[in-house]
Amino acid sequence: MITYVLCFILFLVGMYGVITMRNLVKIAISLSIMEFSTFLFFALLGYIDGGVAPIVNPADPNKIYVDPLPQALVLTAIVIGLATTALLMAVIIRLYRKYGTFDIREIKNLRG
Amino acid sequence: MNPLIPLFVVTPLAATFLIMIVGRFVKEFNKYYTSLTLLFLVVMSFWCLIHTGGNVFVYKVGGWQPVNKIPIGIYMVLDGFSAIVVCIINLIGFLVTIYSISYIKRYTSENYFYALFCLMIAGMNGVVLSGDLFNIFVFLEISVISAYSLVAFGVEKNELEASFKYQVLGSIASFLILFGIGFIYWKTKTLNIADIKAAFSTGYDKSFYIFTQLLILCGFGLKAAIIPFHAWLPDAHSSAPSPISAMLSGVFIKAVGIYVIIRLFFNMFVITESMAILITTLGTLSMVIGVFLAIGQWDIKRLLAYHSISQMGYVILSVGIGMILVSRGVRQEVAALAIAGGIFHLINHAAFKGLLFLNAGAIEYTIGTRNLKEMGGLAKSMPATSATSFVASMSISGIPPFNGFFSKLIIIIAAIMARFYLLAALAVIVSIITLASFLKFQRYAFYDKSEKNKIQKAKEVPYPMIFSMIVLSIICLLLSLLVLPVVRDAVLTPAIDILMDPLKYSSQIIGL
Amino acid sequence: MKGMTIIVKKTTQLIAGMIFMYGIYVIAHGHLTPGGGFAGGVIIAGAFILVTLAFGSDFFKLLKKEMGTTIVESLATIIVVLIGSAGFLFGTNVFFNNFLPKGIVGNLVSAGTLPLYNIFVGMEVAASIFIIFLSLIIFKEESPK
Repeated sequence: MITYVLCFILFLVGMYGVITMRNLVKIAISLSIMEFSTFLFFALLGYIDGGVAPIVNPADPNKIYVDPLPQALVLTAIVIGLATTALLMAVIIRLYRKYGTFDIREIKNLRG
Repeated sequence: MNPLIPLFVVTPLAATFLIMIVGRFVKEFNKYYTSLTLLFLVVMSFWCLIHTGGNVFVYKVGGWQPVNKIPIGIYMVLDGFSAIVVCIINLIGFLVTIYSISYIKRYTSENYFYALFCLMIAGMNGVVLSGDLFNIFVFLEISVISAYSLVAFGVEKNELEASFKYQVLGSIASFLILFGIGFIYWKTKTLNIADIKAAFSTGYDKSFYIFTQLLILCGFGLKAAIIPFHAWLPDAHSSAPSPISAMLSGVFIKAVGIYVIIRLFFNMFVITESMAILITTLGTLSMVIGVFLAIGQWDIKRLLAYHSISQMGYVILSVGIGMILVSRGVRQEVAALAIAGGIFHLINHAAFKGLLFLNAGAIEYTIGTRNLKEMGGLAKSMPATSATSFVASMSISGIPPFNGFFSKLIIIIAAIMARFYLLAALAVIVSIITLASFLKFQRYAFYDKSEKNKIQKAKEVPYPMIFSMIVLSIICLLLSLLVLPVVRDAVLTPAIDILMDPLKYSSQIIGL
Repeated sequence: MKGMTIIVKKTTQLIAGMIFMYGIYVIAHGHLTPGGGFAGGVIIAGAFILVTLAFGSDFFKLLKKEMGTTIVESLATIIVVLIGSAGFLFGTNVFFNNFLPKGIVGNLVSAGTLPLYNIFVGMEVAASIFIIFLSLIIFKEESPK
């Protein structure tokens, strides 16, 4: 139970970073912290007491396996998170070329 | 019928990568191939709409049959409600492709535009047609990543800033959705929507249930731009290129936002009264605050983006009224009327908001500015644009005989019959303020007589753009026929039956 | 940009081939041990990125590399879709059907079409990650100093 609460606290740490930080790259890193806490929560869901890694060994088949479905879901979600972070970094680089600064208080061209 | 369902996703996905290879060597390949693919998808989606009726078609990916009545494998489900939204996505996508044949010549690298556009269509089709909770998340991410890139397509200062804001807020929403999916998997040990409904019907833990519903509502509410989560919408929809604005505002916030909220709350969760009252309150706030923020705008596309928030508030208001009545268990026919009004307004809004954004793009194409104070007297030099813009403005304000009148009438009648008099009065007031705002748009853009230098050079836009705008305005007129009983029973009644009956969706899927 | 010192260049020449082979091992045994297409593809991309970082961009013609990698990526995705559709056309009317003969559990050549999917998905993931890296370098080189 304590591990799930720690995952949620990590999520809140990431969200605090997104809200408070002024540098663009630090906002992107805080987003990555948020997504990693979600993956950790997902992978911890499948744990069954006394289970081993879910790889079938034809020699001795009769064991209790840990749930393999959340592991497959987390693998897919990691790749999706990679694509999102890469796109965010590309936009940040181009923003630096146009505005000349990384500070988010200077980038307010669209108002109203 | 069953094995044709994945074609909606596989065809645009193959088209994306074919365009990226062949488009480098053959010059004109990308436009014609995209138009052909989308034409094929439009024909197939209308065929599916006619043949679906009240049945539910299920396709199991990979052919994995259920074991001991427990569904393993990923299901793709096509029923009455999905068929309507698939038709909207593909039809508006086809018309926007024809429009962008001449609009995108302004930008470099057209190749990537058509590839990303096909990928967005594939993602949206996947969200609408999926019957499995994590599959919705994966296709949601595919379509949303292509939307982020398309908003930042012309790399100027405004577009990059709008895309950055959209990305940060959209990523937070995606992680909230993933957290919600994790909670649901923890308690029910399955990911199939019909199976989760069966698991929730037996019994659930109350505090965890409210937390999960709030997580899913916040996540998908941000994608649908309901009022506390609307901050990205004016920047993103006004800075994107005009065909992409029409696609985003007309289709995207419906297919990945409102469709998923309606599907999950009716067919997966057991509706409680407190959550229904919360959703109705959010819809009312969106409706009122959206239109008040829209009055003072002088930029055309920002004005239209704020009106999108208000009209989506109408849809959520009427669906919320239906949810309150279903959860109390009384007056089922009034609930059916409210949900019918909501879905009808969804279809109408796709048509007239897409047309309005295409008109704004045509004005920007000829004159080069988006500020209403610098325009005037365009009705003589751009006859097709001003006529279609008049049709769309009258539709959105709710003037008979256009389609907006009938859907707003059904929503107001349903609110009065359910004895929510305050909501009906607010709906009428918001409609009047919308009419005022669009009269201002028409006067400043088209009918004001003034001699400004830029206006002398205005001439009509090229033929592909006129074709799309005229077809959309004819559709606006034809959609008002949906209120007749014959057409209504063929199109809207199957959707309402699937949503309101608590057992029909899950029994037809698990029994197969 | 110029490359790194000669120690880094010699070490990269020794190691990059072994990283490549390790990536191929992870992809090929995807149905027996943990790994599969995604993880093996990232390892192969790591080998290519290491060579590009150590030898500098003056050494390669980056635009030709970018065109070749995009073609490899798109071609690999089209082949995955074609294998999925081949189940539709030849076998029963099901997409992504596993229609090749499955062998004995635990052999390397077994489990139908799964090793084929792993190989092509691995190629595609490696190509995409290398494209992401290349586009950031090319943008930095083409920007005005």
